[in-house]
Amino acid sequence: MTKSKPYMTNQNTIGNSRRDFIKTAGVAGLLISSYPLISGCAVNNQKPTIGRVVVIGGGYAGATAAKYIRMWSANSIEVVVIEKSSQFVSCPLSNLVLGGSKSINDLTFGYDLLQKNHGVQWVHDEVTAIDVANKKVTMKRGEIRYDRLIIAPGVDFIYDTLPNLQSAEAQQTAPHAWHAGWQTVNLRKQLESIPNGGSFVMSIPKEPYRCPPGPYERACQVASYFKKHKPNSKVIVLDANPEITSKKGLFSKVFAENYAGIIDYRPNNVVMEVDIANKIVKTDFETVSADVLNIIPPQRAGKPALMAGLNNIDKRWCEVDFLTYESKLAPNIHVIGDSVSAALPKSAHMATSQARVCASAIVELMQHRTPDPSPVFANTCYSYVDDKQAMHVANVYRYDAEKRIMRSAEGGGVSLKPSELEGQYAGAWAINIWSDVLT
Amino acid sequence: MINKKLVSSFILISSAALPILSIAAEDIVLSAPNLHIRTLAASCAACHGSNGNALAGNAVLAGMDKNHFITQMLAFKNGDKPATVMHRHAKGLQVNEINQLAEYFSAQKPILAISPKAQKLQADHD
Ligand code: HEC
Repeated sequence: MTKSKPYMTNQNTIGNSRRDFIKTAGVAGLLISSYPLISGCAVNNQKPTIGRVVVIGGGYAGATAAKYIRMWSANSIEVVVIEKSSQFVSCPLSNLVLGGSKSINDLTFGYDLLQKNHGVQWVHDEVTAIDVANKKVTMKRGEIRYDRLIIAPGVDFIYDTLPNLQSAEAQQTAPHAWHAGWQTVNLRKQLESIPNGGSFVMSIPKEPYRCPPGPYERACQVASYFKKHKPNSKVIVLDANPEITSKKGLFSKVFAENYAGIIDYRPNNVVMEVDIANKIVKTDFETVSADVLNIIPPQRAGKPALMAGLNNIDKRWCEVDFLTYESKLAPNIHVIGDSVSAALPKSAHMATSQARVCASAIVELMQHRTPDPSPVFANTCYSYVDDKQAMHVANVYRYDAEKRIMRSAEGGGVSLKPSELEGQYAGAWAINIWSDVLT
Repeated sequence: MINKKLVSSFILISSAALPILSIAAEDIVLSAPNLHIRTLAASCAACHGSNGNALAGNAVLAGMDKNHFITQMLAFKNGDKPATVMHRHAKGLQVNEINQLAEYFSAQKPILAISPKAQKLQADHD
């Protein structure tokens, strides 16, 4: 074992960063009274640290990175997560709320165990600015310095072509429900009040978007509810893509066999205009009227990634080094999860896999050591086609040193057909990933 | 849940004499683990739990007998063992990775994993 070199050129920065934070906290006046962080800090001060990592976003990616940095550094790296929501609501399984077999309260959790079990420090606040040059994050109620920053904000929605859908009132009528939460609950309520014979119209943006099979799973969930309770109702799917983007063969078969006469799938249909009051959608081909309207807007990297100016790919996604997830644009800032530009599915499992590669790399980099030069990880996306049966797409991804990308390894693929057994395994997946990410 | 092995291999040099806030990075040295295998193993956690401590009836990999692990994985890889999903994961791995994963998981201490408690969605959430 060799003695590692100091990873910072200015040794004082490490110690100072905490003092600065406390000072700022004091100046802001609010941190001390409203954040338990300070007492956490005091406790932590008893322990030596090799620096501070600030994580923006406590979703699958951010929470995982936070936990694994603590674990793999044997608690010697201070980790502070900034999250604007006080609860974790799982997007995976949230389509089952629309189908009626799950409640949103089955998918909602707290962050207490991550803090208690791993000493992750938690700030419930919203980021307003990122000062890349001075390694500083500003929030509504304070600011904090970092040695390394992880940005894991998930996706944000683009309303350039559909500006009237941006307001909260508009989304009350036409929720996207593509972040799990009250919009999911709202959409379920609307489905419950739809008359037998009414139509649910949903739109899918062009790839890439969060959770490739998610929209098709949603169509199945709503259709399974209609089949049981409102058999004359229809699910009209307006897909901006030329064909089903994930598990195509499987979904095509399920649409045709399980939901014939209910799901009406229309590819190559880009939403151009929405009359919200009258629930009428105009695409480049047709005009469709709905009883319940679910427009899933196009997406891009979450706001904090844009604040740091990291969205260099199509102005939407962030280019990273796949060995460390460090941004190609800003040193010491890492981006993980849905905001990353990659030919990788934007899934929860993927977000956690990226988070662990990033966590491992940061633990090494902060000791001036070399990260794993050839990361390999797994991804699985399960989709439920009704309340019991599910099917998977699963792949192992390997680093391609020549192209510097993650590439699908041999043996990946999809289920032969949906099954109840896989429905049980999909449920077990959720229980295990929640346990891994949140405890 | 802190990995005991890691904690014991976490070595502090001359830290006692140093003021806490100004401790230098060079005074903390973590042992270099097999990074490649540790990260790969951790990507199994989505179904097999943290460090292989699975819930919900999925196979617990923590503390699993090496030979059993290798036999199962090779059988998944070669298509000899029926599986819903494991053949996809096993086929993507190299045999030497499977051997090292067997080593890694057999060294993990089996513990009772826990689930976070489900909560009522609060009004102030999105
Ligand atoms: C998507 C969920 C999922 C992921 C990810 C996953 N597994 Fe599995 N694993 C399963 C399921 C389900 C089974 C039962 C066999 C089947 O139906 O595929 C299983 C079975 C196994 C078994 C056999 C246990 C026994 O005694 O029969 C081993 C060993 C195993 N997995 C190892 C791994 C390793 C190592 C990884 C990571 C490289 C991994 N698994 C990733 C779901 C998963």
